Amino acid sequence: MPRTVIPFGPQHPVLPEPIHLALVVEDELVVEARPSVSFVHRGLERMVEVKDYVEFVYVAERICGICSFIHGQTYCQAIEKIMNVPVPPRALYLRTLWGELSRMHSHLLWLGLMADAVGFESLFMHSWRVREAVLNIIEATTGGRVIFGTCKIGGVRRDIPNERLQQMLGELDSIEKDTREITNVFLNNRSVAGRLRGVGVLSRQDAHELGCVGPTLRASGVAQDMRQLGYAAFGDLPVEPITRNEGDSYARCDVRCAELFQSIGIIRQAIARMPDGALDTKVTGNPNGEFIARTEQPRGEVVYHIKANGARNLQRFRVRTPTFANLPALLKLLPGCQLADVPVLVLTIDPCISCTER
Amino acid sequence: MVSLAMPRLVLKWVARKPSTSRYPFEPRKLLPGSRGHLTFTKDSCVFCGVCAKKCPTGALIVNRAQKEWTIDRLLCITCGYCVEACPKGSLALAAEHVTPRATKDREVH
Amino acid sequence: MTERQTLELITVETLLERVKTLHTQGYRLAQIGAANVPGYLEVNYSFAREECLLTLRLQLAGEEPCVPSVSHIYWCAVLYENEMHDLFRLKVEGMAVDFQGKFYQMAVPYPFGSRKAPVAKPAPEPRPAKPAVPARAAAELAVTA
Repeated sequence: MPRTVIPFGPQHPVLPEPIHLALVVEDELVVEARPSVSFVHRGLERMVEVKDYVEFVYVAERICGICSFIHGQTYCQAIEKIMNVPVPPRALYLRTLWGELSRMHSHLLWLGLMADAVGFESLFMHSWRVREAVLNIIEATTGGRVIFGTCKIGGVRRDIPNERLQQMLGELDSIEKDTREITNVFLNNRSVAGRLRGVGVLSRQDAHELGCVGPTLRASGVAQDMRQLGYAAFGDLPVEPITRNEGDSYARCDVRCAELFQSIGIIRQAIARMPDGALDTKVTGNPNGEFIARTEQPRGEVVYHIKANGARNLQRFRVRTPTFANLPALLKLLPGCQLADVPVLVLTIDPCISCTER
Repeated sequence: MVSLAMPRLVLKWVARKPSTSRYPFEPRKLLPGSRGHLTFTKDSCVFCGVCAKKCPTGALIVNRAQKEWTIDRLLCITCGYCVEACPKGSLALAAEHVTPRATKDREVH
Repeated sequence: MTERQTLELITVETLLERVKTLHTQGYRLAQIGAANVPGYLEVNYSFAREECLLTLRLQLAGEEPCVPSVSHIYWCAVLYENEMHDLFRLKVEGMAVDFQGKFYQMAVPYPFGSRKAPVAKPAPEPRPAKPAVPARAAAELAVTA
């Protein structure tokens, strides 16, 4: 059977960010996928030589546009652990709240992209319409729609007054109603389910062996969520990982839809239990030591390895983003699928290539 | 059993006006807490230069001898670091966003 | 559950055996990362299981550091090993998928790997107490364009 090589990407309508896959196909069956990355490699890890450790929060936030807040939060957590800085409880709760809002906007963005990948453009528009409501809350409370700029070492920079929090509860109710309408379509519509069911089945053993994280791992039955580690306010607001057992694209979509409602629940609990108090602790001196911080981004577990030696600049800043851990799963899922399933498979791991290549 | 979720959603929105706003014909609804642009009050400034030192992108340049404070609007990321650092309170963040411009100039005050 | 992090210093000879033991014990590969420390190249292999994070650390001295590949135990290690090769000039023997240096295609080859590349500034010496000199301090703060 003669083979053809079809280049997929780096410019492709379904890709949010550039990645190149050279697909070797026989007729319509994909036989092999050769990846080519580094289109958006910005060398951010070497920025530590230029920016000092306090300013570096801004660089860490700009690694990715979709999961930006949790990048900044993980960086601050690592430095706070190295310098033994206690963060006040109100700051921890506010960070949790913004982190969950960030997760909601990321999952709604993903739902829109998945609808676009299967060709359902009106559902894509509806998902992003619901996401606009979340972005309006984020802009009103932090000042920016995409880059929040509120996390700093020792706490947070802005407060949300209690009246604003109560108003947020009302806005969350309407967001929840709209989200229920669109997730209903994703999970019950025959054409969407037909494109997602049975596509890209990742067994539990494979998911664990390939080092998958996040919803990709949880949809294959492994109950692991870094929020169980109890960072920020998750010690007081325990999170039960949402799992499914089928391991196909439909299960991954189902996990993300369920996580949307879980995040709304966590935000409501955080608002109900928000303590009063200071917003930050003053930080002086330089960090000396090293730490590995892990948090749960919308795409999975992110690992920040920071080494500092007492100078104003850090010695080493190493980020292992969740998409980097999920890429091997993509490379193993593609061989054996139909050509029309390639966009669904690429999006099902929720690729955030700018995170991957820093 | 065919799911009627999408037809219900479509019918609900058919009669409503579009969700997208008709920018630039209609101005964008400003959210009060938004970090749009940096405002500077020259009267209270003493040209100490702390804001320029703290700026992470190098958008601010302060010339003490000539009593000049300049900003490159396109480099400013409205992080607010200078606002926190200014000892005289001359700087503040306002909600309106910076308009697009055709040249990269420094704004001199 | 609170996180437990452990760090183990190992040698290149014991790496494969240790990784194989961790694989049979059910650990997931979390990350493989390298760092340029003055004097040697440090390679960290992190493995996670439930709330434990176990890191194996190698310290490689010399001009041409070399490690064996763990990709026949954990296939996903190919991405990390190719990345370390392309950034740090670390030779990894026996990778299951070898991109031959083309994983990250950059204008500057091995951007982290040159021994002449700037490493982080060394830790400052403790400063003696400065007497307060107000006039000098004010002049230092003036920034000229």
